[in-house]
Amino acid sequence: MLGAITLLLVYQLVGEVIALAFKLPVPGPVIGMLLLFLTLLARGRISDGLRNTANSLLSHLSLLFVPAGTGVMVHLARVADEWVAIAAALIGSTVLTIAVTALVMRALMARKEQA
Amino acid sequence: MTPKVLDIWVYLSTTPLLGLTITLVVYQCAYWVYQRANFHPLLNPVALSVATLVLLLTLTGTPYQTYFDGAQFVHFLLGPATVALAIPLYAQMGKLKSLLLPLLAALLAGALTAIVSAVGIAWLLGASRVTLISLAPKSVTTPIAMGITEKMGGLPSLTAVLVVSTGIIGAVTAKYVLDFLRVHDHGVRGFAVGIAAHGIGTARAFQVSEEAGAFAGLGMGLNGLATALLFPLLIWLFGLG
Repeated sequence: MLGAITLLLVYQLVGEVIALAFKLPVPGPVIGMLLLFLTLLARGRISDGLRNTANSLLSHLSLLFVPAGTGVMVHLARVADEWVAIAAALIGSTVLTIAVTALVMRALMARKEQA
Repeated sequence: MTPKVLDIWVYLSTTPLLGLTITLVVYQCAYWVYQRANFHPLLNPVALSVATLVLLLTLTGTPYQTYFDGAQFVHFLLGPATVALAIPLYAQMGKLKSLLLPLLAALLAGALTAIVSAVGIAWLLGASRVTLISLAPKSVTTPIAMGITEKMGGLPSLTAVLVVSTGIIGAVTAKYVLDFLRVHDHGVRGFAVGIAAHGIGTARAFQVSEEAGAFAGLGMGLNGLATALLFPLLIWLFGLG
């Protein structure tokens, strides 16, 4: 558990350092995720400790959104001003994204089965 | 309040302990309600918690910054949680290999649609530049979306709210959109929901079937990566940078 948490923090730290050093527009933790993914590919297996720690962290993922989400109280005026644009963009774009993703994937899977 | 109670409140309201504890207590109450309501998508625990906390902070006259001094310990865990997304991604490697081309094409199409349509619609309706940037990564899981927005000059806390709203909208509408399009394959359905509605959509997909959930988790992880890479490029193309 302690080892796994340390490992996650070390990958995040390395990710942050790489993002800063090369002035990358990608967030440090994303680079950390990519590096850990590549490490797992190279090693070919996941230790039980790492798997369990990741699972417990990710099973409470939605809790971690709460402090930032509460920040809406600072932006109430902005959301009230632009609520039509924001609501239309969120609903329209989400429905469109689901449709486009599903149709593209289905079309290519059908082609693969024919081939 | 009697003077003694007031003294205790004055002391507690300035320590991080209160902000941290109230976050955990409120979230667990919200999750209990969600569970009791059979995981109804409209009673999303994040939405419930945020509404309750905003109400509590407003009623007690507590500034957000004071609350966040305590809640930041929870917020900090978003970083390691993002790194930990590598583990479910790796666990899906078998599926990823066998369907590589359809998955990658759908990922690219979905990631682009999510960003371009959100920014496009909001821009047509006259939203401000800060709102457009904060809105663009709305389909990606919060830690990644907030990281992207922060880098590009948007408002991370506004992004968090928009991301959570997107997740709820996706979880509610997915069934109707996919039924209308007659997409029946659970893998395809799950992947589409994961791309469009990240963790909240993935949680919803797992309630439908194991296969849908696994593909949704894969979609969420891949879109996080794709958007982090595509977004700076698109901002540059849109001329918002």
